[in-house]
Amino acid sequence: MASRKIVKETLFYLGAALVVLIALFPFFWILRTSLESNSQVAAGVGGSNGIIPAHLSWSAYTRIFSQQHFLTPLINSVIVALAATVLTVIVGSLAGYALARMELRGGGAILAFILLAGFFPPLAMIGPLFLLFKDLGVLDNVYPLIVVYCVYTMPITTWLLKNFFEQIPRELEEAALVDGATRLQILRKVIIPVAVPGVFTAGILSFILAWNDFIFAVSFLRTQSHFTAPLAIVTFGESQFQVFYNLIDAAVVIISIPIALLVLFAQRRIVSGLTAGSFR
Amino acid sequence: MTTNVSARRILPRGARPAAGGRAAADRRLGYALVAPAVILLLAITAYPIIANLWNSFHFDNLSYGDLPHKFVGAQNYTKMFTSTQWIAALERTLAFTVVTITLDIVAALGLAVMLNRKFVGRGLVRASILVPWAVPTVVSALLWKTMFDPRAGFVDYFLGAVHPAWSNLTWLNASVWRSWAVIFVADSWKNIPFVAIILLAGLQVIPNEVYEAARIDGATGWQAFRRVTLPLLKPALVVALIFRTLQALLVFDVIYIMTGGGPGTSTETLSFFNFYTFIDSTDFGYGGAISVVLVVMALIVAGGYVRFFRTEP
Repeated sequence: MASRKIVKETLFYLGAALVVLIALFPFFWILRTSLESNSQVAAGVGGSNGIIPAHLSWSAYTRIFSQQHFLTPLINSVIVALAATVLTVIVGSLAGYALARMELRGGGAILAFILLAGFFPPLAMIGPLFLLFKDLGVLDNVYPLIVVYCVYTMPITTWLLKNFFEQIPRELEEAALVDGATRLQILRKVIIPVAVPGVFTAGILSFILAWNDFIFAVSFLRTQSHFTAPLAIVTFGESQFQVFYNLIDAAVVIISIPIALLVLFAQRRIVSGLTAGSFR
Repeated sequence: MTTNVSARRILPRGARPAAGGRAAADRRLGYALVAPAVILLLAITAYPIIANLWNSFHFDNLSYGDLPHKFVGAQNYTKMFTSTQWIAALERTLAFTVVTITLDIVAALGLAVMLNRKFVGRGLVRASILVPWAVPTVVSALLWKTMFDPRAGFVDYFLGAVHPAWSNLTWLNASVWRSWAVIFVADSWKNIPFVAIILLAGLQVIPNEVYEAARIDGATGWQAFRRVTLPLLKPALVVALIFRTLQALLVFDVIYIMTGGGPGTSTETLSFFNFYTFIDSTDFGYGGAISVVLVVMALIVAGGYVRFFRTEP
């Protein structure tokens, strides 16, 4: 009986190890490929190379910046994702607070609309927005993306913050109301400080969602200096006969780093944000 | 919080001197606070759907220069419903959705059951599966494109060790089935974790006593899972199912990056076809019609979501 339990436990831990391996081994592999030279990639793993190449170099990393001008798309991505996050958190927390506390007539319908917008197919947005941006002269410009990304970020942010505000004890506000504070003063001085953890969670998820977009970037952006990072990487190998996986993978490593750090340091927040109120 | 609201409602209006005025002012302020979010979302969703509807009944193609955008009736729709390319894309999209959802739910259920147990290293496993979910689709697509490359990747290297003929397989844009296989791997690797996290949260709200009762009644592990766990997990399963159905029906980036719809047009999905019509053919009338159908499909799925949670207490 005891030995059977040991076998079962061993199998369980082997299974768990396999899950970690499947999730992370590809990242080890892109790191490895990004540290190879062109000729090493061309020779292949079976060539003289092996699983861990004898010679590693940073040349792919220096080349994506010197030859492929990756820095500009990277900066574009940082600006757009941060701006979309700030915009969403401000607008979403105002809406979330009103929906949680102000007993609006039609509040249920307003919330339903905000949540349903998250189900809207991005492909059904690009045609008319393409024409609109063209008429406004902002096609091939990263700034309109800040507003467009709200379709990803606003529904989940409003929902998370509404739930969060509902959990703050009403007595806190009532006391301030009795003291003669206005609603906006209460929001600023009482609610926001208590809501910081919720705002932080919403901000992290918003940043991930905005940072990860590809559809809108590939639809509206045309010149390399206006690209976001995910779009720029896809065009790296396009004009050549050979695909330079070391260059692509170096860039893949770079845009994965901020996301990996967020997951590492905010694992609990992300999980609670993803699952908050999706069913109860 | 519900108790708070009702407690407040039963208070007579006159109980507090300024209550009426405050409530009205509150409501005005409330609408002002939700207005920016609503206006913003209307601008980026309601405006496009109205414009798509309008365009879909007109001829509107930028490639034809300044030709008038004349009314063409339902022409764009008849063109779509009789287009073999659109019908093929629809069939592919539906098949992709069914296969990918089945794979994802089964694998994620196993993963969720594993993570629901307390064990050394559980945090590590959970953090590692979050990484594939959190990275951009561009990363998951390019990463698996690297893995399946005969030279840069490890797949052919390991397969070659099993059978020499497999050491130099071209996976993408050579064979239709191999292209789809790679798309499934990249898509599932990224999306199974999300489903697993949702299902795990569903498992964690099932009280332990339920399992104990089942054990006392003599249920085996499998019986307890089928008769107790699965029914209680239904809400979480429905949430995961609907989110994934919608994502799968609208699949775009992973296909654009990995195969570009190829070989030929054999991995083109509805969203891909729609993108191509808008951006490459600049046909906003025909593209508008395709978009309208996409929205209808999304609404049907989202409607199922709303209905489920209306009927469930």
